[in-house]
Amino acid sequence: MDTTLIIGIAGILASAGPIVFAAIGETIIERAGVINLSVNGAILLTAMAGFAVGVSTGSVLLGMLAGALIGALVALIVAFASITLKQSQVAVGFVLALLCRDLAYFLGNPYMGLSGPRLPHLPIPGLADIPVLGTIFFQHDLMTYMSFVLIVLAYVYIFRTRPGLMLQGIGERPAAAYVRGANVNLLRYVYTVIGGALIGLAGPMYSLSVKAGWKGTISGLDGIGWIALALTIFGGWNPLRAALGAYFFAFLQWLGLVLQPSLPNIPSQVLQVAPFPLMILTLLLVNIGNAEWVDRTLAGLPERTRHALARVLRAMRTSPPAALGMPFEKE
Amino acid sequence: MNVELINIHKWFGPVHANDGITLKIPSGVIQGLLGENGAGKSTLMKILSGFYQADEGEIHLDGKPVKIESPADAIRHGVGMLHQDPLDFPPMRVVDNLLIGHQGGLFPNRAEAIRAMQDLQARFGFNIDPYAYVDSLTVGERQQLEIMRLLWLGARVLILDEPTTGISANQKEKLFATLRALAEQGMTVIFVSHKLEEVEELCHRVAVLRQGKLVGETTPPYRTEELVKMMFGKVVLPEDKTHFSSSDPLLRLENLSIEDYRLQIQNVTLTLHRGEVIGLAGMEGSGQRQFLQACAGIIRPVAGEIYLGEKRLTGRPYREFLEAGITYVPAARLEEGLIPGLTLTEHFVLAEPQNGLVVNRQKAAALTAQRIADFSIKGMPASTVESLSGGNQQRALLAMLRQPLNVLLLEHPTRGLDIESAIWIWGKLKERCRQGTGIIFTSADLEEILHYSDRILVFFGGKVSQPIEATKTSVEELGQLIGGKGF
Ligand SMILES: Nc1ncnc2c1ncn2[C@@H]1O[C@H](COP(=O)(O)OP(=O)(O)OP(=O)(O)O)[C@@H](O)[C@H]1O
Ligand SMILES: [Mg+2]
Repeated sequence: MDTTLIIGIAGILASAGPIVFAAIGETIIERAGVINLSVNGAILLTAMAGFAVGVSTGSVLLGMLAGALIGALVALIVAFASITLKQSQVAVGFVLALLCRDLAYFLGNPYMGLSGPRLPHLPIPGLADIPVLGTIFFQHDLMTYMSFVLIVLAYVYIFRTRPGLMLQGIGERPAAAYVRGANVNLLRYVYTVIGGALIGLAGPMYSLSVKAGWKGTISGLDGIGWIALALTIFGGWNPLRAALGAYFFAFLQWLGLVLQPSLPNIPSQVLQVAPFPLMILTLLLVNIGNAEWVDRTLAGLPERTRHALARVLRAMRTSPPAALGMPFEKE
Repeated sequence: MNVELINIHKWFGPVHANDGITLKIPSGVIQGLLGENGAGKSTLMKILSGFYQADEGEIHLDGKPVKIESPADAIRHGVGMLHQDPLDFPPMRVVDNLLIGHQGGLFPNRAEAIRAMQDLQARFGFNIDPYAYVDSLTVGERQQLEIMRLLWLGARVLILDEPTTGISANQKEKLFATLRALAEQGMTVIFVSHKLEEVEELCHRVAVLRQGKLVGETTPPYRTEELVKMMFGKVVLPEDKTHFSSSDPLLRLENLSIEDYRLQIQNVTLTLHRGEVIGLAGMEGSGQRQFLQACAGIIRPVAGEIYLGEKRLTGRPYREFLEAGITYVPAARLEEGLIPGLTLTEHFVLAEPQNGLVVNRQKAAALTAQRIADFSIKGMPASTVESLSGGNQQRALLAMLRQPLNVLLLEHPTRGLDIESAIWIWGKLKERCRQGTGIIFTSADLEEILHYSDRILVFFGGKVSQPIEATKTSVEELGQLIGGKGF
């Protein structure tokens, strides 16, 4: 295989890492029945804070830790407002998204353009030397490996373990989870904070590795959080599908960079921004089976085509946790 | 297990839902609990099963006072409840439903759960695929699943809150046999229902609640009039059969075929006449819902034609069906029919044909007062719909229907309603028939179908029978057809 392609794939896997973290964090939160719209702001704020801590202490691990803590804190605010105060989750999340972003730009000023530490490369001895696969999978930094582990871990936890079943339960039908012994609101707090910490790791993964440094408004991170949110939804609240979406998005971004030299007529901004609308379009297509007008159109087609299409669409159909965004009160 | 409820009080704001109820239920007994809508039956049972906590009063199990602070507590003490609407997880698999909330290690042992489930299935003659998704089960099977789950968790007191509203005669027989077998093994069973025949057939003793108070207890032989009088404080008589069917065709279906990812309905030809009532019988999920939705223009049929009079409606958008005077009232009142969080006034305003952007408050208030009086809804103009009892939600839903209507498509119009409300609702519906509306409705209650329909269609797995004259059939015959005989 062509070496630029292999390195390209390895690069895609690494640059999708933070999106994988954010989308899976959000998936866990929404599985518990809470909508957390603050992702975009949280990623910017933790990117800045993680970098600042990294620069001040010289320790990338402390930087990562700071990101996780701040992410957890932001999520805690969402949890408190929505679970305890029973306020609109959408409104609170949205305001936090804006607030955290502005806070990141404002507080980040002193760290603009400084050079800071980076997550070290950790080729895995033995595995890293396997031709092709070694380069693709085993020559990354710690957090990229963690993103692979997270996908599997989150999938197994949600769909295979006992507490994971209950996690699905509290988002699906909290009253039914309650009669099965769950402390619904406590669990929602716990999962929101855990998901928030995962989202909070996405920020420093950028500023200490994938896009090392802090460049304020031109860091190019604004919007990633919304993509992560979209991936959660269109990924059908399934970590595997969300991760696949993250890789696809990273692929589109990579394509933009690669194509740039051969398309001199197109302004580079267009290529930078193009992945966003392309991504949304793809997600819409993947989920077209959920729309009612599709059913109606389908009914007008000849029998063979109808059955074939219906089968494909059904396989792709997803439904949100039924109690998503709804506070649980037993009286 | 011996159960004693002593002087139980429960308030919801100003509503005194349970007012000093004392009730003793010995082990091995099937105890019936009757009462009109809003009498406080579910509240009392939720207190016993830990879902609510009593404001006052005590619960004794086998003579010992116990504190039941959560459903988990209740199940530890051996009390399990099958809720009015099954509290399960529809998009998940049967075995996962069993496993959620079951204690054990990190990775649940599916094989063990399935083995336990198969043992219970063999014991009671159930037949549910452990890997099926719960939303593909019938309501009856979902109840069986819940019963198995509670027994697996070690319940020795089993509470069933209106378990027969959504199930077929066959499933009901099976359920009753199960409950009798359990009682013989020393289990205490509490059976809440609105259907007097069932309570009389099954229960060893009956308690009646009215307005939060225990008004009396009886043992067999039961006298139906006496039970009704205890429930409502007065005698309630069923209306005579009335028929307003004409020979004037209204809705015509020609070779209609409907498809959905679960089932196919093929080649239905039917004419609904002005003033006619057609009842759809069949197990839940046999295609009745899809049929009604196709008639309402919500689902587009894959073949065939729909006419209203001379107007061809096939494939037209839902709005045109509405404008043609065809209305569909779904069974899930709070999910599909009403909007939780909005008040009665807001509902009535929304349902009115729109003129102008701004709501005329005075007119809205007058309209609401009128509707509340006309439909004797127990509620205030500012009450949100979810705070109403089931019977009153149904009344509100009917009060929102436009006048006049050509075709009314009703899914389970009286599900969960007490006899008095059911009779009252049918009075209103027959009034519409007299004015020329044609009605198609579904029900799990064959008596209701026989009593109010002119003709009946039986559904079985998507197959539809020829129309049957209601006067020429019986509950027994319909029961056989529903089970698939003759298809
Ligand atoms: N969560 C709640 N909040 C406020 N009021 C409630 C609540 N639950 C019940 N009520 C009120 O308490 C009274 C008793 O309700 P309950 O559900 O126990 O009646 P029920 O006998 O089960 O009626 P039905 O036959 O309709 O099921 C009703 O007036 C009802 O409106
Ligand atoms: Mg009830």
